[in-house]
Amino acid sequence: MAELRPDLAVIARHVAPGSRVLDVGCGDGELMAVLQADKGVDARGMEIDPAEVEKCVARGLSAVQGDANRDLADYPDHAFDYAVLSQTLQTAERPDLMLQELLRIGRKAFVSFPNFAHWKMRASLLWNGRMPVTRHLPVSWYETQNIHHVTVTDFVQLLQDKGVRVERSWFFSGERELGASGTNWRAEYAVYLLSR
Amino acid sequence: MATALASTSTSLVLPQPLPLDSGQSLDGVTIAYETYGELAPDKANAILVFHALTGDQHVASPHPITGKPGWWDRMVGPGKPIDTNRFHVICANVIGGCMGSTGPASPADPSAPDGKPWGMRFPVITLRDMVRAQVALLDALGIGQLHAVVGGSMGGMLALSLAANFPDRAARVLAIATSWRHSAQNIAFHEVGRQAIMADPNWREGDYYGVGKGPDKGLAVARMAAHITYLSEAGLTDKFGRRLQDREAKSFGFDADFQVESYLRHQGIAFTDRFDANSYLYITRAMDYFDLAEEHGGRLADAFAGTTARFCLISFDTDWLYPTAEARAVVHALNAAAAPVSFVELKAPHGHDSFLLEVPALDRVVAGFLNG
Repeated sequence: MAELRPDLAVIARHVAPGSRVLDVGCGDGELMAVLQADKGVDARGMEIDPAEVEKCVARGLSAVQGDANRDLADYPDHAFDYAVLSQTLQTAERPDLMLQELLRIGRKAFVSFPNFAHWKMRASLLWNGRMPVTRHLPVSWYETQNIHHVTVTDFVQLLQDKGVRVERSWFFSGERELGASGTNWRAEYAVYLLSR
Repeated sequence: MATALASTSTSLVLPQPLPLDSGQSLDGVTIAYETYGELAPDKANAILVFHALTGDQHVASPHPITGKPGWWDRMVGPGKPIDTNRFHVICANVIGGCMGSTGPASPADPSAPDGKPWGMRFPVITLRDMVRAQVALLDALGIGQLHAVVGGSMGGMLALSLAANFPDRAARVLAIATSWRHSAQNIAFHEVGRQAIMADPNWREGDYYGVGKGPDKGLAVARMAAHITYLSEAGLTDKFGRRLQDREAKSFGFDADFQVESYLRHQGIAFTDRFDANSYLYITRAMDYFDLAEEHGGRLADAFAGTTARFCLISFDTDWLYPTAEARAVVHALNAAAAPVSFVELKAPHGHDSFLLEVPALDRVVAGFLNG
């Protein structure tokens, strides 16, 4: 699993062997491939970019071209043990509704997202007065797909409002995993395992 | 032109009567088919390709009447996406067809070689009947589970029908530019074609065999109407626009002034050289009767309950005959049945016919799915 992005590696480590997983925004299928090979997982993907779907199919993975804002409705309730949404929540039209969909389709959901309250972002906004462009958010404000900027604290608030339970959480700065304190300042991104 | 791919052309008479959805049955059914590539000793590398409405078994070998390359020559062959170095490819003429399999032009009594052709006495058949016939062919060939079943357009419907009705016969199902049922619009276009044939006085209630001339004008009009549905509006504009055919000005008459008219007339006439009008009636009827949900209690997902195959559906963004929404409905049903399914909508300018034409992404998805 050394090849995977740290948030995907966390997810891959904590998915139960032999389970059914839907990877929403699966890209070229790197997480699905690892889950299938290492854990005997029945992995399915959804991806909006046809060129990425093509790569999934070519590696023998099952991926459906679709828009997660709309097409998650096609899946029956609890069709999967886990629904995975990695680094995509902040691009959703309605992140709150997408979260509900994830927990309708999956018994549990892994959600990872970049934390917009990381100290570098705060500093950039405070001192430069400009929207931050960082290692994890490298695109300028006018072309970014991130339309719903979220912080760790915002996310926790949403979970409370929606009655979603946090099974586990992980926080990262670069490749390094952080302790649980001060994460809204220190974490560049976060991974949550959620359930109803 | 590339050298023709080595193929084996043969036919087989089914040992058992073929039961039909209408309740009737057909005795002594002949299936004409072609094979390409070696069958592995364990017979596990067979791919069945279903042809479309006016296709035939010559998927990658020259057509015996027109001499043109096979209809999917660009897809099937050594080193091609459906690689005959690896796979044993089988393509059979559907029953109801006119290229050697039993159809309305076949003698009604196979035991009497001079017997009259069926004509309109041929029983109305369904796509499921066509599938049943080809599964019987697989039985006769000793092929249990196919590596894959593949088809575009009507061929895709047949592939889905095989998956639904014979779930253990294919490990992979690849359905391209297709649907799970014929829509009102699909039926409407087919009815125009059928009425064109039946309005031709030479049709003679289907009893035109041996008379010397058949309903060529009606069949040509049917083909012209259908051909429009295979192309995109943008594709037609691109290819012909309002350009005139071999003339400087409009003739103020009813000659083929426009290039698009000339093109369609040519398509219509050329079609009559290679296709039987009654076959056109029977096969379009079979397509119109197709509704995979209706066959399974009205719920499409139930059609795929218990399937263990992997599925791949491909649609084209300019295909208005079987648009992406129809493929998505199949994907939805397969999700509900928890079947592993991939789906991609490809960009291609050619409309429905894109599945037969140069679309590099199609080649990659087909090869990837069959090898994965």
